[in-house]
This record gives sequence, C-alpha cells and structure tokens, in this order.
Amino acid sequence: MSASLRADAIEEAQAALRGHERVLARGGGTKPALSSPPEGTVTLDVSGLTGIEDYDPEELTFTARAGTPLGEIEDALAENGQYLPFDPPLVAAGATLGGAVAAGTSGPLRYRGGGVRDFILGVRFLDGEGRIVRAGGRVVKNAAGFDLSKLMVGSAGRLGVMVELSFKVFPQPQAWATLTVDCAGLDEALALIGALATAPFDLEALDLEPPGRLWLRLAGLADAMPERLERLEGILERSGERLEGEQEGAVWSEVRDFAWVVQDAAIVKVALVPKRVRELEAKLEPLAVERRYGAGANIAWLAWPGERAAQELDDLLRSLGLAGVFLTGSPARPMVGVHAGGAFAQRVKSALDPSGRFPEV
Amino acid sequence: MTRGAQAKTENVAGDGLLSALAAIYPAERILTRPAELAAYECDALTSFRASPRAVVLAQSAEEVVETVRACHRLGVPFVARGSGTSLSGGSLPIAEGIVIALNRLNRILELDPEQRTAVVEPGAINSQVTAAAAPHNLFYAPDPSSQSICSIGGNVAFNAGGAHCLKHGMTSSSVLGAKVVLPDGELVELGGESIEPVGPDWLGLFVGSEGMFGVALEITLRLMPSADATRTVLSAYESLEAAGEAAAAVVAAGLLPVAMEIMDKLAIEAAEGSVKPGYPEGIEALLIVELEGDHETVDREFEQLLEVLEGAGATELREPEDDDQRALYWEGRKSAFSAVGWLSPDYIVQDGVVPRTRLGEALAEIGRLSEENGIRVANVFHAGDGNLHPLILFKGSEEGALQRAEELAGEILRMCIRLGGSVTGEHGIAMEKRAFLPEMFDEEDIEAMRRLWRAVDPGQIANRGKMFLPEEEPERAEAADPDGAPSSPAVAGTAGPPTDGGSERRGDGERTER
Repeated sequence: MSASLRADAIEEAQAALRGHERVLARGGGTKPALSSPPEGTVTLDVSGLTGIEDYDPEELTFTARAGTPLGEIEDALAENGQYLPFDPPLVAAGATLGGAVAAGTSGPLRYRGGGVRDFILGVRFLDGEGRIVRAGGRVVKNAAGFDLSKLMVGSAGRLGVMVELSFKVFPQPQAWATLTVDCAGLDEALALIGALATAPFDLEALDLEPPGRLWLRLAGLADAMPERLERLEGILERSGERLEGEQEGAVWSEVRDFAWVVQDAAIVKVALVPKRVRELEAKLEPLAVERRYGAGANIAWLAWPGERAAQELDDLLRSLGLAGVFLTGSPARPMVGVHAGGAFAQRVKSALDPSGRFPEV
Repeated sequence: MTRGAQAKTENVAGDGLLSALAAIYPAERILTRPAELAAYECDALTSFRASPRAVVLAQSAEEVVETVRACHRLGVPFVARGSGTSLSGGSLPIAEGIVIALNRLNRILELDPEQRTAVVEPGAINSQVTAAAAPHNLFYAPDPSSQSICSIGGNVAFNAGGAHCLKHGMTSSSVLGAKVVLPDGELVELGGESIEPVGPDWLGLFVGSEGMFGVALEITLRLMPSADATRTVLSAYESLEAAGEAAAAVVAAGLLPVAMEIMDKLAIEAAEGSVKPGYPEGIEALLIVELEGDHETVDREFEQLLEVLEGAGATELREPEDDDQRALYWEGRKSAFSAVGWLSPDYIVQDGVVPRTRLGEALAEIGRLSEENGIRVANVFHAGDGNLHPLILFKGSEEGALQRAEELAGEILRMCIRLGGSVTGEHGIAMEKRAFLPEMFDEEDIEAMRRLWRAVDPGQIANRGKMFLPEEEPERAEAADPDGAPSSPAVAGTAGPPTDGGSERRGDGERTER
C-alpha cells in the first residue's frame, strides 16, 4: 500500500500536491479502481473536504465541498422534496459528490433526466501545480469561459482535484411505478427498446437484463399512473408485471448500487448504443459474465469475474471499438477499450497537469 | 500590437496564402474582392467589423482540414463561420486572417431514430435537424431564437441555449460526439454515440469553446422524443415583478415546465407591431409557460399550473386554440429581438443571468437604472433559467447615446455578477464581453483558461482575439474609460425595420479595413 495523505482544507490539499511528485485523490473510496494509486503515487484523501455550502431549495441548486457524501446531499434535498436526477450509484456505500463526478457515474434515471454532465454547473479544482481554478458558476445557465466543469466529469483524478462543486436539481416526482416485461429473447427486447425510443411516452429508466427482460420505470402524478401504465402496455403490445411502493424503490436501489454484482467481480461501465448490444452479447455470453444494460442500452454494466484479467476485457472492447472503465477491482489501468480524445486530450492534460503529477488518463 | 503582429504575419505569409488556398479551392470559391467580403465583415453583432484577407466557401470536410493545415503552416489566423448569427461577435473576421465559410457543409449525414441520433455537418441549420427528425416523432431540443437560420456548428461553438433549455439543457446536453480538426490540422474524435460517455468529457470542454479549439467537421446530435402532449398558457400581470414572482411560484410548486418566458410591455408592443401574435392587450407583463409530457400527467399538471398562475395575481389566462396559434405565440416571443427595431432605430441586445429567485430584484434594478438614465429598456427573458435579455433602446444619431446605452448595459451585467449570476447565459463572451470575463472570474481562473487555449492552439490562429482581451495591451480597457470601467458591450440589432444607420461603431479592438 502506498503512502496516504489527508486534506481537510483546500490549503492542505494544495500543500500535499506541491510536496509530492505523484498524487491521486480519493473520496469515499467506493470506486477503488479509479482511486487506487499506481506504483510510486501518493493517495490524497479528500473525504474530509465536506459540507453543503449553499443550498436554496427555491433556486433548485446547491454548492458543496467535493468530499461531501452523496447520502448527506440526498437527505438535504429530500427534506425539500428534491433529488439528484442523475441518480448516482453507491450512495449507501459512502460515495462522495466529487467521486461521482470524477467517475462520471450516473444511475438508471439518467435515461430521461440526464447524466452528471447535464446537472453540473460549476467547479473549483486544484490543477497539477496546486493552483485553484474556478469554472462555470452557480446559476443554471452560463456560457462564460471554457466549460471545465464538464471536463471534470469522468476525469478520474487525472486532470485535477475537485474541491467544490455546484449542481442543479429537480423537484421529486410524486409517485413511481415500474413495469417489467419478458421478451422471447434479445432481438425482441432490442426491438422494443427501439420502438420506445420514438414513442410519445415519458420513461424515467429503461434497463435491459439480458437476454430478454425489460425494466421500465415511470414517475409523476399518482393519479395518472394507472392510465399511463395501461397506455405503456398498449405501446409494448403486451402486459407486464407491475411494481409500486417500497418494493419498487428497493428494486431500483439494488440496481443502482450493483447488488447484483457478485463479491469478487469488478464493476465495469461500457458506453455503447442499442445497435451494438448484439455484438457485445455475442462476446460476453460464452464468458459467463453477469451484465445489465442501462439508459435504454446506452450503458453496459459488467460484473467482470475476478479470475479474468482486465487485459482480456481491454482486448475484447478494442475489438469492438468500445470504451469502458473499471470502477472496482484492481486493473493496471482503469480505462479499457478505445477512448476518444487523441491529441486534444494530451494537450488539455499537459495544460492542467504539466508536471505529470496525476496518473495518465 | 495589432499592427505589429499583422506586419509580421504578412511577412511570413506573403502571397503564399492565396496560392495555398488556390491549391484547395476553385477560384469561384475564394472571395477576395471588397464587395464579396462585405457580407462577411460582421455577424449579428454589427458594431464590430473587420474585413478578412479572404473568405473560402468550403464544400467538404477535406477542404476544411486542408485549409486549417495551410493556415497553420503559414501562421495565418482563421475564423470558422456558419450562418453568422452570433450576438457576441463570435464570427467576427480577423483582418490579417481568413474566414472559412461552412454554410455549404449543411448536410444531415445520418439519422437513426432507434438510437435517437443524427450526424450532421457543421453548416446544417438547427431547425432543419428537427424537420428531418419530426417524421420519426423526434426533435432536436436546443432552440435559440435564430433557429431557422443558425448553424449547428455555431450552436456547438457557443453552447447555444433557447427557450426550451429549462428542461432539456443547453446545446452541450444535446451533443454526443464530434469529429474535430484542431488548429494545427490534427484530426480528433471527441465523445461518441452513447448518451453516457466513459472517460473525461473532452467533448464537454470543446462545446462552448467559441471556435478557439478548432473546427467541428461532423457532429453527432442527441434527439429527443416529441412529447405526447404540450399545453401552453399566456398569463398576464399588472407588473413585471408580479410576472417574475409568478414564475418563481411555478417552480416552488414543484412543476417543471419545458419553457417559462416573460415579456414586458415594450417587448409585447414590439411583437404586436411585427409578428402580431395576438397577446392579451393593454398588459404590463406576459408570462408564457409550457408543459410537456404524457397527456395523462400534463392535463392534470396544467390545472395545477393555472391555479398557481391565478394565485399569483394573473389578470388573464389564455390558452392557444391549436398548434398554429401556439406556434404564433412562440414566434412573437422569438422575434422579439428583431421586432424591437419597430420601437427604436438602434438597440443593444443583452444577455445575463441571475439566480432565478432574485429575478424580481434584478428586474426592479433594471427598471431603476432605466429610469435614472432616461433610457428605455425592453425586457424579454427566460424566467425559468433567470436568463435576462434586456434590450436597451437608443438613437444612434444622437450624440453620446450609444455610449450611454453601453454604460447601462455594463451596469446590468455588473448587477448580474453581484447577484451571483453570469455575464452570459447563451450568447457567449467572444468580442462583446471580453472585458467582463475578468469581472466574473479571478485572474488565476482566466490564466488557466489561457493555458488551455495555448496548449490546444500553440500558434493561436483559431478565432484568436475572442473571449480574452489581448494580453499585450491590458491597459486598453482602462484607457477607454478613466473610471476604470471596461469598454462596454456593443450594439446589435439592425435587423428588422430600417434604421437610420447611426449606431454603427468600429470595434476599438479591431481595425476596419475595407
């Protein structure tokens, strides 16, 4: 285990950065594949940088220190009938706001509401030289200066150490309901996902449990729910199993927090679109990898078996031209597959981290 | 500095530029005659003008790449231009450089309804994307007022907004991927097709970079499914503040409209003078609220909305009779910028943001400033977002009128900063607000942005001169005003009815060379 430093104040984090050649920040540590330091790198624990600094429920925005546990934020929002529509995973496990941004992780509700990138408004972070950089703002609309807040999404501590973040939130829906339907197989399930893509129907979440089970989540006025469920079944041309109340919420919490991933498997997120699912399925099926597709098959969540090397998945994704990231486990490098960015990525990295203090992207 | 740098560029480039361009384009697509260049010398911010050395009309991505590479080789700056609708001077030419006109690169290359994506060229027109998607029950969400003419490439460069970004987000939320030529000619892919990317959001940084990180050659857009039901209501109020409070009450009630817009008396008068949308008559302020979603939900929420609006003191509530009337109501709102030309020969279009809970305060302050200075201000704004668009009316032929109007615009922007907002919600910094960026951000923040810019474009040839004040002459802003106030935002809006032409001003940062 490498050395670990702790920063409870921004100045301490700055000093830690300036005093060490190789540093990687860690929040709640719920996504260790991203926060475990490579050889010779010091961990900078920023889980002490906590606290909601500004939350005006009428404004539907808040600003909090990056190490603030998401649970604390969700509680504060819930007291005012609001929530984080990007539905961050691993809240109960202790994930922090900064960690969710750094990992770029959104949950099932991002299908309609949008992901982390769509709700982040502003950031203060330390660059590789320990300089404080502020970008964006605290208001819901802002086009002043380069959008460095978005750049932090998915940056995994490779471009900066976030210290403060501003977000917009939405009012909580009055009621939730879920419909599950079983299709004859993958083709039929994908056909339904395609049909739902252009259907005049508001779905909050659309998950595929391969080969053929679809999970459809609705939100809104309780009074309207029975009629809407009926209309949805009409669009699907089949009836399904309905879930409501506490059980409904519990099902989605388990999905969001990867309760379905077995202990020794690593959680991997893969970006794709529905038309690529068949190819990925063909590769994964023979390997007996547990998996689930979120956001209308725009994300594949894999439980990569502990006994299989990360390299094998890297090769597999490369062969399909897909990009993935390990959230847990201990791969040599968390990013696997083919990543976009090229020369633009290198130049941005060189500007924000000229000394190479953070690990390579 | 401008002259020195220019002379240096000339020496390096010599006549090499025109011969390099001639190797890429047929003669009829290289414009160099003053009469041909005149159409490109400004965008919708007409007070800044510059004539470039040449304009090239690109018809393929390869031509754009070759042009950028030639510019890089010769050290010649370039400005990529779509439809030239920027209200912040984003596509103002650089006198010693060239303009790469992208409006012929306007194809929709691919539309995949099941993935909800469209791949377009940068010159594709915003509303044409929605027109192409509509048969599949899909639409492209960002809807700036200029949507019938503005290009997607320009929308991406400036992270354009619109009335409906209250629910759907700005352009950034609707762009999934882009093929980009960097300022030195290197090609990169940013983002992809998925709505949920993996790895750092390089694309998110590119969107809104005001043309300074290169040129997008192909853009993958996210389409949204058209709502099952749309309900719109016009709500009349006895004062602008009352309309602002009604908007706040809608948000407080937990409703999430797709759009929530306010127009004041002057703006309504202007709309009625041109588009004639048929808004309620004799009112002080109009609030337009639109709900979208499943009809089972929207019909119920609409009842709740009407109660909230009435409870907030509405003097009249009016629902459009059909889709045509709804479209007309929106046309009245979206044409407000140009329609104000009916009220005044000249005007400044401003764009600032305040926290939405402080909207009432901001409007009262604008009213006070207007009265104190004896300058009429028409207000049109995205109330749900706190995004103000004060239109400052003046007569350019009057001695000092422009300067007084600009000073008022500057005061409004400073108020936005003071209230915790932003100097631009959707028009961008570009030329217009270069002097205000340092009022909103610390020097260190701006220096970090400059470092990024220098790293991506070491030759500083892509749309240089925008966003940041020239480094070599930091005194310029102060020199313009003995009080230390930055040089003010400039004038837009000679569209619409004829003006007396008195408002034109040469941007003091740019020499006009005709």
